[in-house]
Amino acid sequence: MNFKIIGTGSYVPDNIVTNDDMAKIVETSDEWISKRVGIKERHVSINDTTLDMGYKAACRAMEDAGVSAGDIDLIVAATISADSVTPNLACMIENRIGADCMSFDVSAACAGFLFALETAAGYIERKRAKKVLVVCADRMSKLLDWTDRSTCVIFGDGAAGVVLEACEDGFYDSVIHTKGGDDVIDIPTRDGISPFYKNEQKHPFLFMNGQATFKFAVNSITHDVKELLEKTGLTADDIGAVIPHQANKRIIDFAQPKTGIDREKWYVNIERFGNVSGASIPIALDEMNRKGLLKRGQKLLLTAFGGGLSSGAVILEW
Amino acid sequence: MAFEKIAQMIADKIDCDVNDIKAETKFEDLSIDSLDITEIAMDIEDEFGIEFEADPSMKTVADLVAAVEKKVG
Repeated sequence: MNFKIIGTGSYVPDNIVTNDDMAKIVETSDEWISKRVGIKERHVSINDTTLDMGYKAACRAMEDAGVSAGDIDLIVAATISADSVTPNLACMIENRIGADCMSFDVSAACAGFLFALETAAGYIERKRAKKVLVVCADRMSKLLDWTDRSTCVIFGDGAAGVVLEACEDGFYDSVIHTKGGDDVIDIPTRDGISPFYKNEQKHPFLFMNGQATFKFAVNSITHDVKELLEKTGLTADDIGAVIPHQANKRIIDFAQPKTGIDREKWYVNIERFGNVSGASIPIALDEMNRKGLLKRGQKLLLTAFGGGLSSGAVILEW
Repeated sequence: MAFEKIAQMIADKIDCDVNDIKAETKFEDLSIDSLDITEIAMDIEDEFGIEFEADPSMKTVADLVAAVEKKVG
């Protein structure tokens, strides 16, 4: 049993923060950010919670798919910034849209969309779900140290979702990898106020070793794309479009030639959103869908990498 | 030998004349940032077949060449 994406939706907060705005918060410049990561502006929440964004993206995806909450058998959400430890984000989306199904979160940071798709694909394959809502939502702004100019300029807030429908035809295959460790990317949680716990609190904001992340990202894209093409027996010519995780334009620029897939097939929108963690790929997918850039039957290659460390690539038929 | 190859890699990376790259040239003077150095280090891994990490203490082309030569042996 395979699946097709029958609807996409996304939502980003109205508040646009430009590089010049960032230069008023930390010592940086439009020139530095543009050259270093390829971002011009990002959306930063003022009032939207992670759930608010995920809910709005979910509604738009269901509307695009022409389905109602009662049609959904499973909700898989991917987030690293849920408003509560419990209930999880997926349960709260289930609550707010008025669905009655099985709902849970997966945590794979910037690779979250691919891990969520992989999970959903398993449920569909086992015939446990026919229609699945996959939602990625992250309010990255709450995880950032806004005095750290090397990280706070990179990220944005937002959410996006897709509705999957089981089908006999279609195409889906993937490679998923993890390489556990916290030395390259780490976002510690707060230790709490137990009077007994004596370990020193780690700085509870996003830490990223930029150079090590860059190297991991480039190697992951190169390796995962090649591995998946070999696994599926497909060639670069069979791929209609590539949607990479939008972490840093220079990662994409450096990795793309190593994959053998033409540059014009790679969709890049990081300049307007920054890195929206797991929502980056479905935001781009939704943008392409609404612009009419996708053709039914064409094969899309998605590739992502992030904290965990986790990475993966997916080929699916639009 | 390593110097000529690495100088050419740097020239290709920043699109400049290879003759402008001397051993004592500072990365800063070539407007090369730390991500450029990471990219060059990854190109070096492919070219020399070694595992190689860019070290933030490397300031000049000579520093980079010395680190590569030490790895290559």
